[in-house]
Amino acid sequence: MHAPARTSAIETAIRKANAAGRKALIPYLPCGFPDVTAFWTEIESLDKNGADVIEIGVPFSDPAADGPVIEAASQECLERGVTLAKILEGLKARKGAISAPIVLMGYLNPFHQYGFERFAADAVAAGVSGCIIPDLPMEESDEIKTIFKANGLDLIPLVGLNTSVERLRAYASDASGFAYFVSVLGTTGDREVLPEEVSAKLKVAKGIFTVPLALGFGIKSPDQLAAFAESIDAVIFGSALIRHLREGKSAASFMQRWK
Amino acid sequence: MKKSYFGDFGGQFVPELLMPPLFELEKAIAEIVHGPEFQRRFAELLADYVGRPSPLYRCPNLSADTGLNIWLKREDLNHTGAHKINNTMGQALLARMMGKPRIIAETGAGQHGVATATAAAMMGLECVVYMGAVDVARQAHNVRRMELLGTTVVAVHTGTKTLKDATNQAFKDWIANQRTTHYCIGSVVGPHPFPTLVRDFQSVIGREARSQFAAKTGGDLPAAVVACVGGGSNAMGLFHEFVPHASVRIIGVEAAGSGEPGCYHSASLCKGTPGILHGAKTQLLQDADGQIEPSHSIAAGLDYPGTGPEHAALKASGRATYVCVNDAQAFAAFKILCRREGIIPALESSHAVAYVLDNVSAFAPGDHVIINLSGRGDKDLDIVEQLLKAEQKG
Ligand SMILES: Cc1ncc(COP(=O)(O)O)c(C=O)c1O
Repeated sequence: MHAPARTSAIETAIRKANAAGRKALIPYLPCGFPDVTAFWTEIESLDKNGADVIEIGVPFSDPAADGPVIEAASQECLERGVTLAKILEGLKARKGAISAPIVLMGYLNPFHQYGFERFAADAVAAGVSGCIIPDLPMEESDEIKTIFKANGLDLIPLVGLNTSVERLRAYASDASGFAYFVSVLGTTGDREVLPEEVSAKLKVAKGIFTVPLALGFGIKSPDQLAAFAESIDAVIFGSALIRHLREGKSAASFMQRWK
Repeated sequence: MKKSYFGDFGGQFVPELLMPPLFELEKAIAEIVHGPEFQRRFAELLADYVGRPSPLYRCPNLSADTGLNIWLKREDLNHTGAHKINNTMGQALLARMMGKPRIIAETGAGQHGVATATAAAMMGLECVVYMGAVDVARQAHNVRRMELLGTTVVAVHTGTKTLKDATNQAFKDWIANQRTTHYCIGSVVGPHPFPTLVRDFQSVIGREARSQFAAKTGGDLPAAVVACVGGGSNAMGLFHEFVPHASVRIIGVEAAGSGEPGCYHSASLCKGTPGILHGAKTQLLQDADGQIEPSHSIAAGLDYPGTGPEHAALKASGRATYVCVNDAQAFAAFKILCRREGIIPALESSHAVAYVLDNVSAFAPGDHVIINLSGRGDKDLDIVEQLLKAEQKG
């Protein structure tokens, strides 16, 4: 398999953190949380306080892979009138002001309704580097992948404990940005302990992917990562950050934990 | 065309974590469902437990009133009172033969929940049913039925707190418990292979209807087959047999809600647009931003913002026609069937009856029309009471 001709800003940012001897940090916040304006303040604060890549959630009415914390936050965001179009406008207005590459995470239907071609063009114009679409397995991703490739956007695959070696290889063959390893057979949400099998499966995945490997779902603190340190290049956290902000604390103090 | 699609519709739009159980299910369908042992046991259950074949009944009075030959396929006479049990017996038997000790389901009105709880009880499976909190409150009788049958009912408080949200929760449960659990989905919806699996279990309706019709009339085929469409399982169950026979008109009837402009309704085929929900590309009720809109019907079983992908394809190809009937028309047909034929139909099924009664001129005099009477109306007495009171006031 040949490497993609262009360099992914996301991959570069993760590698840079790794070269500095640390795991790349990828915080997630749904757009519109804690409210429409505070969201952008928090994003800027995450950017200044050590986020290597920032994942922005596109809220959807029917989030079938999310646990209660993210689901409730996204629902509030929808009630505040957040749409994919408004997220892109907001990013466009701040283009250049956020130094971490931006990844949008959202379910397929809002992108479908926006139109894949139109979305790709507007996303590039807004400075977006890639997308994570949790309800888009490889069986359904041909069309969007072709469009993303033509526009230089990364489509980040999700894999997990029950993904076969065959499927890991298939995802690896044309992954760009990073590969998202889901730590549990379950939905998003912070957990005290991660399943024991994670360690072995991560090693397998690490041996297959050439793009960086990020661990997400269930991550709340750095000490959870000790067991997998060798296999992962980046860590993603969402529910734990949302909880932290709900307690009235700042994004900056959350990022402090990870330094 | 990919095998998981019907025309442009269908597919497997699910998290990667759900692909292995979908493959496992596909393999089980090929190896177990299509095998003689399953088919023998399933046929036996349908005959001895569900009470099949259900009668095909020519309504003498409605036929005289309309000048048509109106036939009802009496799914209301099945055990648990609707067509839903055809599917749940099939899926519960499959779960047993796959070695899955637990099944889960989503339910709106509670009919599919009751049918799943019933199948689980008789097969000795643990059963959990997800139900929107709004539906738990308005369908209290069915919650009690499920509990009597040994099922755990989980109230879902997210989103609109109705069927679509219950479906999301069922998918989440399945992600976490896929090793022990079969997801007994309630209609011809969801990712491949569910729409085909459920259709095939329900297709006994059309097969029986065709041979009963031939035996009773000496004729070969009816002029039209008509069924209400929520998720679309009773309709696909009736239609499937007739799709290859171009002379048979296929008519699916959706719920138009109150029928006033701008009202909430459940007519995703007549008024929706293509999109992706619950694992499939299909016709949906959604806004310009791709958010799923709330649905409404007096018939709780039709109250769903999507529909089966095979219906979307049958509409796109023109093989089937989809029409709308509003709450008032359905209720009028409900009362006519009670008074003229002595049959209390489900409000869902009343939509199909209403379309025929209100559109007699759409058929030629003497046409044989088979309507799927998908369920009985006992479950609807509370809402019928309210409708009658409102009529008296109005
Ligand atoms: C009696 C009856 N008819 C029809 C339906 C609608 O479902 P489907 O369109 O899958 O047949 C339901 C659903 O609960 C029902 O209970």
